[in-house]
Amino acid sequence: MERFGFAISKGRQIDYDANSRHIAGYISEREPSFRVCIECGCCAATCTTGNFTSFSLRELHILLKRGENESVRENIKKCMLCGKCTLVCPRGVNTRNVVTLARQAFQKFPADAV
Amino acid sequence: MEKHVVVIGGGVAGMEAAGHLQKSGFRVSLFEKEEKPGGHLNDWYKLFPDRRRSSEVKEYLDKITSEDGIKIITGSIIDKIVSDKNQFRISDKDGKEYSADAVIIATGFDLFKSERKEEYGYGIYDNVITSADLEKMFRSGSIELADGRIPETVGIVHCVGSRDEKVGNLYCSKLCCVTAVKQAIEIREHLPSSKVFCFYMDMRMGGAYYEELYREAQEEWGVNFIRGKVSEVSEAINNKLVIKSEDTLAGKPLKMQVDMLVLMAGMEMSEGGLKLSESSGLNKGNNRFFSPADHHFGSNKSNIKGIFYAGTCTMPMNITETISHARAAVSDVIDYLKDSKA
Amino acid sequence: MQFDPFIIPFNIGLYFIVIYAVVRSVSWFGDLSRPDKLRLQRGFFGKAFGQSIKEIFLESLIHRKILKSNPRLGYMHMSLAFGWFLLILFGTIEADVFGAHHLNAPYKAIFFKFFNPEHGRMGFEAAFSFLMDLILAFILSGLVLAIIKRFSSRVVGIKKTTKLRVLDKIALTSLWLIFPSRLLAESFTSGAYGTGSFLTGSLGSILASFLPAQEMAYPFWWLYSLSLGTFFILLPLTRYMHIPTELFLIFARNSGIKTGDQPGAFREIQIYSCSSCGICIDACQLNFSAGITNIQSAYLMKGIRNNENVSDIAFNCLMCGRCDQKCPVGIELTPLRMLSRRAGETVENEQSIWQKYFPGRQVMLPVKPVSDPSYSWLKQEEPAKTDVIYFAGCMTHLTPAIKNSMITILEASGVRYNFLDEKGGVCCGRPLMLAGQDREARELINHNSQLIWKSGAHTIVTSCPICYKVFKESYYLDVEVLHHSQFIKNLIEEGSLKLNFLHRKVTYHTPCDLGRGSGVYNEPKDVLRHVARLLKSDFEDENSLCCGGSLGNMKISSRQKSMIAHDVATELTKGNPDILATSCPLCKKTLSAATTTRVADISEIVADAIVRTAIKKKLNEPVRKVKVAVDFHN
Repeated sequence: MERFGFAISKGRQIDYDANSRHIAGYISEREPSFRVCIECGCCAATCTTGNFTSFSLRELHILLKRGENESVRENIKKCMLCGKCTLVCPRGVNTRNVVTLARQAFQKFPADAV
Repeated sequence: MEKHVVVIGGGVAGMEAAGHLQKSGFRVSLFEKEEKPGGHLNDWYKLFPDRRRSSEVKEYLDKITSEDGIKIITGSIIDKIVSDKNQFRISDKDGKEYSADAVIIATGFDLFKSERKEEYGYGIYDNVITSADLEKMFRSGSIELADGRIPETVGIVHCVGSRDEKVGNLYCSKLCCVTAVKQAIEIREHLPSSKVFCFYMDMRMGGAYYEELYREAQEEWGVNFIRGKVSEVSEAINNKLVIKSEDTLAGKPLKMQVDMLVLMAGMEMSEGGLKLSESSGLNKGNNRFFSPADHHFGSNKSNIKGIFYAGTCTMPMNITETISHARAAVSDVIDYLKDSKA
Repeated sequence: MQFDPFIIPFNIGLYFIVIYAVVRSVSWFGDLSRPDKLRLQRGFFGKAFGQSIKEIFLESLIHRKILKSNPRLGYMHMSLAFGWFLLILFGTIEADVFGAHHLNAPYKAIFFKFFNPEHGRMGFEAAFSFLMDLILAFILSGLVLAIIKRFSSRVVGIKKTTKLRVLDKIALTSLWLIFPSRLLAESFTSGAYGTGSFLTGSLGSILASFLPAQEMAYPFWWLYSLSLGTFFILLPLTRYMHIPTELFLIFARNSGIKTGDQPGAFREIQIYSCSSCGICIDACQLNFSAGITNIQSAYLMKGIRNNENVSDIAFNCLMCGRCDQKCPVGIELTPLRMLSRRAGETVENEQSIWQKYFPGRQVMLPVKPVSDPSYSWLKQEEPAKTDVIYFAGCMTHLTPAIKNSMITILEASGVRYNFLDEKGGVCCGRPLMLAGQDREARELINHNSQLIWKSGAHTIVTSCPICYKVFKESYYLDVEVLHHSQFIKNLIEEGSLKLNFLHRKVTYHTPCDLGRGSGVYNEPKDVLRHVARLLKSDFEDENSLCCGGSLGNMKISSRQKSMIAHDVATELTKGNPDILATSCPLCKKTLSAATTTRVADISEIVADAIVRTAIKKKLNEPVRKVKVAVDFHN
């Protein structure tokens, strides 16, 4: 049967209950400053990598917290770890460690990434 | 005999407290470090949210402090209070001593020194200015760039020195948002052809008619609001300022050239207050403001009996709150001196 | 024939440890790379030999470096090592001269008193006895210090001695028992025969006055032999393995062998050469400013020796290199830590005793390959031809005062230059290296190398010591790499920059990657002396502090960083300077958040001092013409 109407397509919505926040948990357990981000975007604004390619640490941050892991998996590899974001973050998030831990977590738990 | 109360700091809180102490029958000495009282009110042109002239408030304060029984000592920096058997000995920088039965500290706030956020280029790029610099321009009646040209686009950066652990200030100064909105409107008023962009992390419009002012700025003055903290500023070849930010709502980095950038400097504990707290054993909080005896029901009391706080030496406050807080301090002084008499 | 069964434990121990040391040395030698083998051979049979012997005498026996930095701790180490050496040396001579035969077995020297109880009554014999007692007293004084140190570590100046493992404890106890048991054994024997000098003789006669000295002596000779034997046999499992290993290390180092960037035998030699003396803990700012006391190099070495997963330790370090400078054994601690970072998280494996005695070639088994960052998005650019490249570095973009000052200086100097990363460049790669990802860093290095090469520049100037170090060490460039302090110094010397003298007092903070990291100590100070009054601080050159903002540390919080920065700023502003000068954007940012004193990069101070008339013409030009060769934003 064809479906019409207002059904929301599956990929659009954050399915918070179905998503796994294992990766975010792995990171915040080891780097508690991961929790205090207020999404100001300063890291993404100053980002050396973001200057060349679409890469927003702020966005990856919030996606991980919502369990939208699959879009982070590839993107997180782009970071050059230069540390500018650490220097501008008004909340003192240890961003370099967050990136490193996220990469580590995706290695350790490949299932969560899909 | 008439009791003598010393008020340290001749800004809004100090003047209001002095006036009310006099009305309540005390002899008052009001110490002000500058040549004339009024504090930051002297630097501001118009006030939020109703954009009345700050001089109107100043006139009111001058009036209530011009009564007999109030001695205003200007150009005097008080650097120590010593408590001595229900009496206080207060000494200034030059070693002059005064005695008092009670003390109200109203040393107020200092504006965050914006050059500490080097990445914003204050003191490096001519056309990066602070909210206080902009008020001076409003008073002089002309908003212009360093080379005399009229700015076409103006950026306003919120939270400069507030909510920023990099400068050691975790707290929100709470009045910069509404100041930004007020100043954005005033720029548009002065320069109708200009474009104004506010870069904010959160819009904290928690006072009476603040949110309405925000709406007015959008609706009537076409002020643009971009949610993203500015990370750094550089100068382009055409002498324009290049702002880097992320438009967090669009999810993309944003680069913009502006002619002028206004930094909304936050409020910090004043240097005078810091020195007084060191020399006289008055407690400070983690935010470096004076820490009142109780945040709920003792916000005017200090850790030393007979010394009270009024106004922004305890936390960022607007003028309405400052005036209420100063009156409450007077009420505490009355209670204290009544008790000590008995 | 002079023999007694009590010598058996000693003999077993001694022959074991000698054979063991030879076997281990041969195996290490076999594991060295071919060029390193050649180096060691040439070193051993060449000039380096004398140097090594001298170093062994000065450092392994006298402990000169420890004595210099901490006399009491140095005395403790010296009395035990040098004292023991003397005891063996003179004991052997004594046995040779006064014993029944020449060329005796070692036990005859060690237990000389037992076999020659009547020795030492008069004349030359007595004088020799006196000497032997003096040496024993010397050792015992150090031993007393060592025991006090165990229980109250402040006495010898170390705030925190490294925590011990069980086997270390047994070995330590047997070491402690060696000399007191010798003292008692010799004293009882002397007491029984009325011999011995001021120490053993006096103690002996007192003991003999109320104890049966003849009967008491024998058990103590057993104890002496047993503790020696136990110590020798346990030695390979404990930190005391550093005693034989250090000899090998000294020869290897003097032959020119370096840690390099691959794990190998030299890494192991260095790891076993660590005596856990704890001087690195004292030197570490994470310890004395941030209260972190479990990640210092001594712990890293111990963790690696025990095959633990040391990744948490390895990454929690400022990589400032202070401990390298202070290590009395001269272990290359920071390069060793870099090796551990490259290995990432490793598999922990509990070893059997046998494996502990004969650890195969240590292999760091990564848990899983740390993810693979990918920089395939980098696009090659075509930069304009130029003579000098100015590469500000990522951090410098957050300190516009430095960037602008450098532009002012470059303009004033009149050189043809190109501001390569004016609109933001690609990271130099060192931050990735510090995270242990060298292969990935290579991608960035290749990208930047091509840009530099294509520009045809003969010189590259950078404002960032992090970039400077990696340009210098890991880029294969055919251009002169200069930090801006060196560049400015050259300009001053060749007369291209006319500067006023600013009447300011300045203290200089040496950035880690520029100073200890790259050996650039003097140029920034020379530049500063040219334009201001340079004050001395307590932390100059090799002894300089880390600002705390280091990209080397992946773990500490911003609060801990600022604790370090505050301590540093307090120390460096003690002389009330007008300006706290540095030559690194990261140091500048970190320190300026920690002090009210003005913090400035030397480029800013120099730009302030430029004689204005010299650049007037340029300033009057309507628009600054900086060629932007690389426009990344097309």
